[in-house]
Amino acid sequence: MEVLSLLADGFATSLTPLNIMIVILGVTAGLFIGAMPGLGSVNGVALVLPLTFIVPPTSAIILLAAIYYGAMYGGAVSSILLGIPGASTAVATTFDGRPMALQGKAGLALIAAAVASFVGGTISVILFTIFAAPLAELALKFGPAEEFALVLLAFTTFVGLGGDDTLKTIVMICLGLVLSTVGLDMISGQPRLIFGDIPGFYSGISFLVLAIGVYGVGEVLYTIETSRISPAVSTARLRMRDLIDGIREMNKMWKTMSFGSVLGFFVGMLPAAGATPASLMSYGLARTFSKKPETFGKGNIEGVAAPETANNAASTGSLLPMLTLGIPGSPTTALLLGGMVMWGLMPGPMLFIEQQDFVWGLISSLYTANLAAVLINIALIPLFVWALRMPFSVLCSMVLVLCILGGFAPSQKLHDVWLIAGFGVAGYLLRKADYPLAPLVLALVLGPLMEKSFRQALISAQGDVTFFISRPLSATFLALAAIFFALPLIKMLRRRIAKRHAPAE
Amino acid sequence: MLTTFTRRGAIALVASAAIAAGSPALAEDWKPMKPVEMVIMAGQGGGADRLARLFQTIIQKEKLAQMPFLPVNKGGGSGAEALRYLKDKQGDAHVIMATLNSYYTTPIQTEIGVDIEEFTPLARMAVDVFALWVNVDSGIETIEQYAEAVKAAGGSWRMGGTGTGQEDSLVTALLEREFGISHTYVPMAGGGEVATALVGGHVDATVNNPSEAMSFWQAGRVRPIALLTAERLDSMPGVPTFAELGHDLEYYMQRSFVAPGGLTEAQQAYYVNLLQKLHESEEWQTYARDQALLTDFLTGDELQAYFLSEREKHRDILKGLDTPS
Repeated sequence: MEVLSLLADGFATSLTPLNIMIVILGVTAGLFIGAMPGLGSVNGVALVLPLTFIVPPTSAIILLAAIYYGAMYGGAVSSILLGIPGASTAVATTFDGRPMALQGKAGLALIAAAVASFVGGTISVILFTIFAAPLAELALKFGPAEEFALVLLAFTTFVGLGGDDTLKTIVMICLGLVLSTVGLDMISGQPRLIFGDIPGFYSGISFLVLAIGVYGVGEVLYTIETSRISPAVSTARLRMRDLIDGIREMNKMWKTMSFGSVLGFFVGMLPAAGATPASLMSYGLARTFSKKPETFGKGNIEGVAAPETANNAASTGSLLPMLTLGIPGSPTTALLLGGMVMWGLMPGPMLFIEQQDFVWGLISSLYTANLAAVLINIALIPLFVWALRMPFSVLCSMVLVLCILGGFAPSQKLHDVWLIAGFGVAGYLLRKADYPLAPLVLALVLGPLMEKSFRQALISAQGDVTFFISRPLSATFLALAAIFFALPLIKMLRRRIAKRHAPAE
Repeated sequence: MLTTFTRRGAIALVASAAIAAGSPALAEDWKPMKPVEMVIMAGQGGGADRLARLFQTIIQKEKLAQMPFLPVNKGGGSGAEALRYLKDKQGDAHVIMATLNSYYTTPIQTEIGVDIEEFTPLARMAVDVFALWVNVDSGIETIEQYAEAVKAAGGSWRMGGTGTGQEDSLVTALLEREFGISHTYVPMAGGGEVATALVGGHVDATVNNPSEAMSFWQAGRVRPIALLTAERLDSMPGVPTFAELGHDLEYYMQRSFVAPGGLTEAQQAYYVNLLQKLHESEEWQTYARDQALLTDFLTGDELQAYFLSEREKHRDILKGLDTPS
């Protein structure tokens, strides 16, 4: 029970008045940062990093962790309310969150997201507390082959389940993969698809630019067209009863949520993967194992809960390799790592031995940050929902302004704003033609990772393809991927057979 | 995604600069009238980035400047993006750039119309060193054993490193030339990923900077075979250099600052002076010692001469690289 006494010491650190105040401040700031499209946990952490020198290192990392957590909660807010994923981790939340908001159930969706985030965060912190050290060793076993297999699995959990037109889904994935190859090729160092020599394409097409374009601008264009017939302002209200209903509703989803948490934690822990594949896989699996898969994508509350548990769990998971191996599992943890180095703390295998106060102070603050985040989030939901009751013309223009700002601010290149405009028009047209947009965005997020690990694995195996199946972990993932790809086909066949039999009866 | 957020952080710093605003004016002919952009030739999280951000915080903490310094990552095209940006900023004294060795190699390898001779050299803050690392499980302890093991593997010995054409691949090429061996070079996204790949057994060797592999060494997971330096390092006293083992192998990564061309002498002097103060700061010296960086400070014409001679050296190494191993 050494762990428990260490954790108790940790709480002694994290429950000082200063640190409690810091957690509350950090979580609130994080929530708003995460709720703004285009601003995510990465920005929040980058923002306050230089300010952390006025407090001791333990308080500083607690502040950063609180912002990190708060932003993960907040990310769901813009996904649900505006249909624009603020960060790649919140893409899957839009699939069912946005339809719920359009049906006037924005409040319920937000509650579901908050509760699910809390469950995911808590379960993963408990896993973290108990298994931190042995799990770090497992993360080391992940080489390029395993990474590739895992990303492929993430794709298939999603692709194989296309309730949409399968052919169109595949077309969109291919388009996304093509977009993902734009920019500098890491392996050869050569620029690809830079359209002559446009410098803006050197750094590739960022996920954010595509997501803001197709979801943000595209959505506004689409809504303008449809609302000429009927104004699509959601009459969202929130009463105390909704909150209780929401929690009662969530109580039925323990299976999905605990599965999402464990999955999220493990995928998040792997150095290269992170919260985005985790949330997509969790969504895909929830849909596969659901009794009513056809209701997903049309406002199923489980479709909000599944990705939200997973992405919060993954955000905890990604702290693990950062602390124990000194490698960040996500861009945000990369910044946290930078912060630790500046405070003179060296992340890596020695940290848990030499800096126990710091490590356990941080772990215990994850518990408090999580609790603070869910309470503050639920308290703020009426405010978020109220924002939706703005007149449509005002909301539309505001969303457009946010889109342009959110696209321009990160890189400060006008190039990206033009891209957003282009993707916006393209997204609108694709939507009119009934092409699913999610696979496009998904492919752009996961494409570079998949390509990189595939080529690294092949290079190190001297071009031997059997490398992927000769390693137990990657073979397992590939087998799972094959099953998930085949599953919808089998289901379809079964349905056909059933249909053939039906008239005979 | 990696480079997308740093600028936003930078904007926040404008706000935090209010803290620094109370500092006394420095008696100088020229000083920045608006925030200074600190362009980083690499993506976020790498050595250059960490250094630039460290300087930014020291400047802020010690109130070394009245205007904030805002780090901006322009890592696209192995720094081509940053180099071209700096060229376009000709005469703009509110931009400086943190360089690494791609400062020489990128203009040689890609046609971007940049001649580094036109830029204003400010100061070299440090040189980072390289070492050859193996996993302890390999049982390899000496350079002879290493060369033998690589030969025995017949070209399938996996060397992990940063992108092709970048420093790690050049060091690998130097090793191959010296020992008559060949590796399978596995390019990865950054030094951190390379170090863990070695610990996890996904590559057989690396040429990491000591700062990247130090903690795994302390934990007894990886082992340095030899350093590519002229002399042994204080922070790694037991590790021999290639030179003392009879192999003429030396390679360094410079970490310097430059400004666009066309700056006045007063403007150049301002930055050189500031960097001098940074060089003398205790935070920097402590950081450099912990990270096994050599803080050889160099400015002015000497620095320009150093840049040009290094460029020629790299031209030679790159020529050797063209013939695939």
